[in-house]
Amino acid sequence: MNPVYIAGAGMTKFGRSEWSLMKLASVASLSALHHANLGEIPVDGIVVANMGAARVNRQTALGSALVDQLALYPATAEAVENGPASGASAFKVGCQAIASGMADVVLVTGVERMRVVNGLEGTDFVASLAHPEAEYIYGVTLPSLAGMFARLVMDRFGVERKHLAMVAIKNHENGTKNPYAHIQQTVTMEGILTAPEAAVNNPPIAEPLHLFDCCPVSDGAASVVVVSESVAAKLGGPKVRVAGIGQATDTHAVHDREDPTDLKSVRLASEKAFSMAGVGPSDVDVAELHDAFTILEIAESEAAGFFPRGEGHLALERGETRLDGKLPINPSGGLKAKGHPVGATGVAHFVELTWQLRGEAEGRQIKDAAIGYACNFGGFGNNVVATVLRREA
Amino acid sequence: MAHVSELEASLRPPAMEMPPYPPKVITLASGEEMVVRQVDRKEIPTLLEAIYPLLWVERDFYDIVAARLFGELLAFKRYRVKDEYVLAGLIDGVLAGMVNGRLVDAKTGMSYHTLTIRRGLRVGSHLFAAKMEYHIEHCGQEEVLIVAESPIGFRRWMIEYPLEKRFEVQHELGGVPSWVLPSETYYAAKPRLVSGRRPVSEELMRGAAGIVLPAEETVVRQVAGEKEEAE
Repeated sequence: MNPVYIAGAGMTKFGRSEWSLMKLASVASLSALHHANLGEIPVDGIVVANMGAARVNRQTALGSALVDQLALYPATAEAVENGPASGASAFKVGCQAIASGMADVVLVTGVERMRVVNGLEGTDFVASLAHPEAEYIYGVTLPSLAGMFARLVMDRFGVERKHLAMVAIKNHENGTKNPYAHIQQTVTMEGILTAPEAAVNNPPIAEPLHLFDCCPVSDGAASVVVVSESVAAKLGGPKVRVAGIGQATDTHAVHDREDPTDLKSVRLASEKAFSMAGVGPSDVDVAELHDAFTILEIAESEAAGFFPRGEGHLALERGETRLDGKLPINPSGGLKAKGHPVGATGVAHFVELTWQLRGEAEGRQIKDAAIGYACNFGGFGNNVVATVLRREA
Repeated sequence: MAHVSELEASLRPPAMEMPPYPPKVITLASGEEMVVRQVDRKEIPTLLEAIYPLLWVERDFYDIVAARLFGELLAFKRYRVKDEYVLAGLIDGVLAGMVNGRLVDAKTGMSYHTLTIRRGLRVGSHLFAAKMEYHIEHCGQEEVLIVAESPIGFRRWMIEYPLEKRFEVQHELGGVPSWVLPSETYYAAKPRLVSGRRPVSEELMRGAAGIVLPAEETVVRQVAGEKEEAE
């Protein structure tokens, strides 16, 4: 298998955008292409990640549309829809094209424009990933699944609401250092949990999850340029190698799992990615996890192997996942503060990690970051892509 | 009150005795303290200055809310509306939002507008609750007539409280079929939606004595969201 490198990364500010779907995708793509500085080197193909455009934007065939927007013909063009894991799945497809030798340069762009519909419709569109007969028809939504999951994890491992609040506080703080983050606002333990007014400031969404335990609904796009070794050598500059990719699936309906608190797909995908990269969780300098809900950051940090099972919240409490901690998690602000335009989220993980590994993350830069890990959590853990990136001299 | 000519007096609506709104302080999600206090007529020009740039912000119907509110506050300043009051939310003295309404009679209140400048911290929700608190608890009214001019307002008022339909009554805001918050519903919702502590410390009150306006650019950016720029 041929080595794969990320040569460029770019994104739009996540948030609520008045730009069209294609404008979002184009701006992120141009930003990544500019960052890669390809010169005369042609783009062989593009892969677009998206979950809901067919439904909420009435647009399909996004790969073909983006090729046209960017005038990149005759590049190959695909679109990947894999729920919230669309971003990392599209990235995997791009990497496979390079690794197989079928292409030397592939542009991977994730995009979503969700704020064109109201909150109820947006929630329903995302809920359509749930099992149609066992979950969706009973009104299950992602917040409700996450609420039930959180209840089980809290009962079993002693996680408390204060730990969920700690994730929110940390990621909001990180988000203020990321100009691309949807939410640029710090929150405090007093304001969201302990003050008498906290009950009004932070109302329940799906108990025990409250407003500040849930990511915002965002518009946005993120893009990376993956290249072959020969192209990476021509470009020079800092090299970020795609060291390992792992993917694993689990039952569609969460209740079919032997232990619903065990994020088996995260565990298996991570093991594969680490094995391929030849490193372990303790080698990771910076991680971007899929904290669509605060509880997921804690649970994924354990399933990925960073902390023993049931101890992720203790590591959080000790400050180990802060920007200045042993293993900074979600320096970008995570989905919680950076935002969650579903199809763009997985690609945005790679954008942040690329900037971190190249030393370009400015106010949130992790010193000497050399190995990065990303977890793109699809469905409610039924399709997960884990990736390890490594800086090379 | 200064001397008013007979003609001017005849142009003014008759006024009822209105109790003052006792200021309170609310800790926001950010940990910042927001003082909610009544706005004096003399301070209205400052609020008008804050509202003015929002007249052209279409997002979330700020334009219609700003335009109507501008007129309502001007009418308050120039004594052309009956029994209006205005409350403001101030963080370190800086205007975070405002609400207004008026008393129709001793028993019924009429909610006008809620305009949030500092978004994302439920400032509007807190200020709307303060407005309901004023009508029901301080003025002793039995109900408040309410409409929403944006989907956000509809979610906050009609659904969260929840309000009852009073569609046979046309609300003063555009003749839209009215909704109503009866006092029983207010008290039922109070533990969930109404917050704040009294008395406000002297230090906080000193900080909230004036109204500091955020820069016009800041107001528009906070309300409309930052525009993305191509990299």
